[in-house]
Amino acid sequence: MSSQAPPSLQRTPLFECHLAAGAKLVDFAGWEMPVSYPAPRAAPGPSDPIVREHMVVREACGIFDVSHMGQIETSGPQATELLQRLLSNDLALMPIGGAQYSVLCREDGGVLDDLFTYRLDSDRYLTVTNAANHARDLAWFQEHALQFPDARVDDAIERWAMLAVQGPLAREIVQAISDAPLPARMHAADQRLAGAQALVCGTGYTGEDGVEVLCAPEDAPALWDELVRRGATPAGLAARDTLRLEACFHLYGNDLSTERGPIEAGLGWCCKEDTSFIGSKAVRAVRAAGPAQRLVAFAIDGPGIARKGNPIVGGGEVTSGTLSPCLKCGIGLAYVPSERSATGTRLQVDVRGKMRPAVVKDKPLYRKGS
Amino acid sequence: MAQDSYPADLLYHPEHDWARIDADDPALATLGITWYAQDALGEVVFFDPPPVGTVLAKDSPYAEVESVKAVSDVVAPLSGEIVAVNESLTDNPGTINEDPYGEGWLVKVRLSDPAERDVLLDAAAYRATLAA
Repeated sequence: MSSQAPPSLQRTPLFECHLAAGAKLVDFAGWEMPVSYPAPRAAPGPSDPIVREHMVVREACGIFDVSHMGQIETSGPQATELLQRLLSNDLALMPIGGAQYSVLCREDGGVLDDLFTYRLDSDRYLTVTNAANHARDLAWFQEHALQFPDARVDDAIERWAMLAVQGPLAREIVQAISDAPLPARMHAADQRLAGAQALVCGTGYTGEDGVEVLCAPEDAPALWDELVRRGATPAGLAARDTLRLEACFHLYGNDLSTERGPIEAGLGWCCKEDTSFIGSKAVRAVRAAGPAQRLVAFAIDGPGIARKGNPIVGGGEVTSGTLSPCLKCGIGLAYVPSERSATGTRLQVDVRGKMRPAVVKDKPLYRKGS
Repeated sequence: MAQDSYPADLLYHPEHDWARIDADDPALATLGITWYAQDALGEVVFFDPPPVGTVLAKDSPYAEVESVKAVSDVVAPLSGEIVAVNESLTDNPGTINEDPYGEGWLVKVRLSDPAERDVLLDAAAYRATLAA
């Protein structure tokens, strides 16, 4: 509720756009970011800005400023070899113009970050980091690059602004200003959007179709304004969180941490131990023995909203929780003992002293048309 | 309601609660949250009323209101015992946003120390705390 943020907060190239739109701003990982935007005058639909922005993305098209996310460029003849050592997924499976999700592990399998990597060329990659982890990731990349003299690691965070355009109408809106067909899901391509050079990626964090656009910081405000003019509705970090939670995408710092491994987090699918990535031995051992706890999706059965940190009766805890605007009940992700992780298992969540019954659900919690 | 409003017939607590003392019974009060509180919180999506008979201590939390994003404590502006709760909020918590001083009331309380009202703020003094 304070009106002025401390001056030490970083601002994205789109900060003035958010101010002009009257956004409510918060400190997110050291960045002054929009949490939500006021409703347009006499707008129909939900009165709560978070719910309104959430539903716009589910039903039409929302646009998010995600320029706080970091980028690391890895290039050179040993780039693939270096990334194969760092990232859990198999880089050899990624074509030029492809995208791949992976985790960055420590030797003990603890997760340092979860990342999208785009293959820009045969020996050039762009990896997108979480804002709070960027400095640590970069240091980790650089430290391990010392063993790969023909790989080069560059901090690219200053080079890129990043917008996410998401929702059933997102592709149509972006396509109208592009000079080429938009890349398919899990692919990326260099294109011109409204005349500006951009890396357009068929990825997102909402459970909807759409694209993420990386462009030069100086081109970002005009691109943002043009997409908004064409029907993309600005949406803030709060809606981004409820959307990703309905889609059961992990949030680093909540559902992932150095204290948790990828197998217990349900990310074994992006771990290819045969590539011998850092942490692969630990991951292989946990995969073989089975983890003590597993991350499950749950829905509260009845009233109540579970929040991060709420204990699960009998062991485990909620790592993310909210009210689902689409399902209209409390939902979340929680680590629970493996023997209680099967779909349909009934749980009790201790929500500030009140026991709330919950049921383990299939992921994702929300699926188009469900 | 879209515009801020702080009725003159209410008493206010700096933690953004109001109390309306019954016109006929100075030991009976209706409690709720202010326009500022509901606006800062966003749409109220959940209110779990404490049971009738719950004892309230002035300045201590006695209930929670939740928006999609967060949960907030509701602080008791006065001490007493709950004699009625607004059951309609269970199904329609958004009433707290639409009519925070009317249909969006939270509880009615039998006051244990009616003199506590003397330290609460009038509308002008409460408004002044918001401007600070």
